[in-house]
Amino acid sequence: MSDSAQTTADPEADAETDADADQQAATETEPVTDGSSSIVRALENAGVEHAFGVQGGAIMPVYDALWDSDIEHVTMAHEQGASHAADAYGVVAGSPGIALATSGPGATNLVTGIADANMDSDAMVALTGQVPSDMVGSDAFQETDTTGVTMPITKHNWFADSADTIGDTVGNAFALAESGRPGPTLVDLPKDVSFEETDVEPGEPELPPGQDPPTTADSENVEAAASAIERAEKPLLLLGGGVIKAEATETARAFARDHGIPVVTTMPGIGTFPEDDELCLSWAGMHGTGYANMAITHTDCLIGVGTRFDDRLTGGIDTFAPEAEVVHVDIDPAEISKNIHADYPCIGDAGTVLDQLTDEMDHTPDAREWREQCQTWKNDYPMDYPVDKNAPLRPEFIVEAFDEATADDTIVTSGVGQHQMWAAQYWEFTEPRTWVSSHGLGTMGYGLPATIGARFAADADQDVVCFDGDGSFLMTLQELSVAVRENLDITIAVLNNEYVGMVRQWQDAFFEGRHMASEYNWMPEFDKLAEAFGACGWRVDNYDEVAPAIEEALDYDGPSVIDFHIDPEANVYPMVASGAPNGQFALSEDQL
Amino acid sequence: MSQNEQGLEGPPPEERPHPDGRRNSQGIRIDPEVEAEPDSRTAMISALVEHEPGVLARVSGLFSRRQFNIESLTVGPTTVEGNARLTLLVEETEPGIDQIKKQLAKLKPVISVGELEERAVRSELVLLKVNGGEPDKVQAITEMYDGETLDAGPRTITIQLTGKHDEIEDALDAYRQFGIIEVARTGPTALSRGDRPTTPGEKPAAEATAVGVEPDGGTEQDGEAESQAETTN
Repeated sequence: MSDSAQTTADPEADAETDADADQQAATETEPVTDGSSSIVRALENAGVEHAFGVQGGAIMPVYDALWDSDIEHVTMAHEQGASHAADAYGVVAGSPGIALATSGPGATNLVTGIADANMDSDAMVALTGQVPSDMVGSDAFQETDTTGVTMPITKHNWFADSADTIGDTVGNAFALAESGRPGPTLVDLPKDVSFEETDVEPGEPELPPGQDPPTTADSENVEAAASAIERAEKPLLLLGGGVIKAEATETARAFARDHGIPVVTTMPGIGTFPEDDELCLSWAGMHGTGYANMAITHTDCLIGVGTRFDDRLTGGIDTFAPEAEVVHVDIDPAEISKNIHADYPCIGDAGTVLDQLTDEMDHTPDAREWREQCQTWKNDYPMDYPVDKNAPLRPEFIVEAFDEATADDTIVTSGVGQHQMWAAQYWEFTEPRTWVSSHGLGTMGYGLPATIGARFAADADQDVVCFDGDGSFLMTLQELSVAVRENLDITIAVLNNEYVGMVRQWQDAFFEGRHMASEYNWMPEFDKLAEAFGACGWRVDNYDEVAPAIEEALDYDGPSVIDFHIDPEANVYPMVASGAPNGQFALSEDQL
Repeated sequence: MSQNEQGLEGPPPEERPHPDGRRNSQGIRIDPEVEAEPDSRTAMISALVEHEPGVLARVSGLFSRRQFNIESLTVGPTTVEGNARLTLLVEETEPGIDQIKKQLAKLKPVISVGELEERAVRSELVLLKVNGGEPDKVQAITEMYDGETLDAGPRTITIQLTGKHDEIEDALDAYRQFGIIEVARTGPTALSRGDRPTTPGEKPAAEATAVGVEPDGGTEQDGEAESQAETTN
């Protein structure tokens, strides 16, 4: 914060603490005096330690109240960065991330990150400044109808209208964000309400009626589902991101192993099951493994847990798991039979329902042949790539080299595009909350700000590695200034092909190779750009340089950027074309 | 590697077995030889909501962004202070109607959602303005449909009609001969029959309970007596 801000804050603080000899203790127990301090108190009560945001006119009272708080605020370069950082923070920490922005452009800049969190069911609370109440609706300076704009992309949002209740509202927004199926919430804070005097301390957060869903599934449905699993000959467990959010990873692993059921994950479900386990077939869907897509096509009993059967997973609905009875475990009733009809709907908490299923099951399904079949598919469709030391760098090699150089608990973040798929395909994930990506919304530019958020939530000894594309990186790379200012130990691997690579791949496959607006032809030198920001930069063109650069970058105590110039024509396969049958995945372009 | 330059190893798509089964567009397993896509039907849905700012925007936004077909929506207060009832007439497939109910229930201000049974009490109100050239004939039709003349002048007559959707349609047909100048319709609103709550778990305000209306928590009523006592609109 600037000196002038300190000067403004000081007299008030002095007045509050004069009477007390122990200034520190006095600050901690300082009573609520206005809307802003009530907001901050509600965040403190919720256990918030970090917030990501950008200052601005209408949110200034709230920032001023943060001056007296132990909450660490991270000033981002752009509000979009704040919302992605808050989202990723929540993914890694398992509790809602906080994003702050002012009214108007501040709030609208948050929108992409809020929408991203909404699509991936990530808990997050956005607090936005708003013009004073008596100016709302007058098209005042920096006025936007923020609750209107964010209505379809939040679990709920509130327009705060009284300082007496503002703390309760913020506390409730936090509680709602992490309850049931998590998601983003937003509270719009008119400046006069933030300034308004009040001595009302925020109370215990309350969930609105009907927003605290039951965790235990209907016992008759569970009983029927358990019988279906018992009699299945080709059972398959499909673990989604909801398993991680429900902290049900251990339960899900035990369930699969105890019953000998092979496992496929969704992309957000990466990390629910160790990919080096014999039962694991990695993730299914558009760019999933061939063996996962074979298994999901031929299963006779698909047990989906914490998944919403997104179109990138299912491919064509008509041919999705066409022989399977579907057991669907989800906390959100609206996901049951939304995309894929659930023969056995089990509405409840993932861990609780898996335990219920185990209790109901008298024997494990006889799936020995099926497990062998899955292993055969693993052998039939290996994930592999050609390495020619004299040819341009293969991106898959870089991902594997990073994986080898780092510990199992390393957090991997990504932007969106080809690099994201290579990272997800060739990194062997074994732990939950180590894969942080933009799945449902597919937000290019997510990578760097998400890396910053993840770094703040990660343990000090955890590495945080971001795989980004040149196009994705260019969208939000101003956040490198934040990483340098905060001296964050992060490593960014730009897989640079000077293309909007996934678009170029689709143009080659479906648009006769007409590379309309997908060739950049020129990209800044990211290593030098990193140096200009004050980070450490490397450029790598050859296989021999890969391992040394990775080692140096990981060793560097601060943000580092490696600009890997990869084979520009490298493509992501296997691939299920949009709406095609999963089992008909293409192994190369000519099979599409 | 024994593969083409970009490709992966493995049997190509045409050499892989593929199950014969299929699902329809609702994700339901079907016999592709037999089953057609499900038909849509009309459903009357009642939602009890907290009457707070923006609740209508939340509901209409939900319908718009999820492309649910909505034919009409009415809203008004209930016996409970701070609550309102939304009555929605929708046309969707069975899974679509199920989704509407579930997505509505997810909205924070929505307290409970119920679908009205076929025999529920339904009514809508219409105001219509017709040419006033033949007042006697207009009056005859108004009496026939139990309507009420609200305004009569040398050039126009304004009539109020209430009743079921089909009766209103019939009446409008009958007035068409005079020339209908303007129409304002509320769309249907509805309550469940008997003492079955219109939305699950719905309770009246304390004073209503005091005069003897005791909700039974949603158990199915026999309803025979109520059917016979049905008042015609």
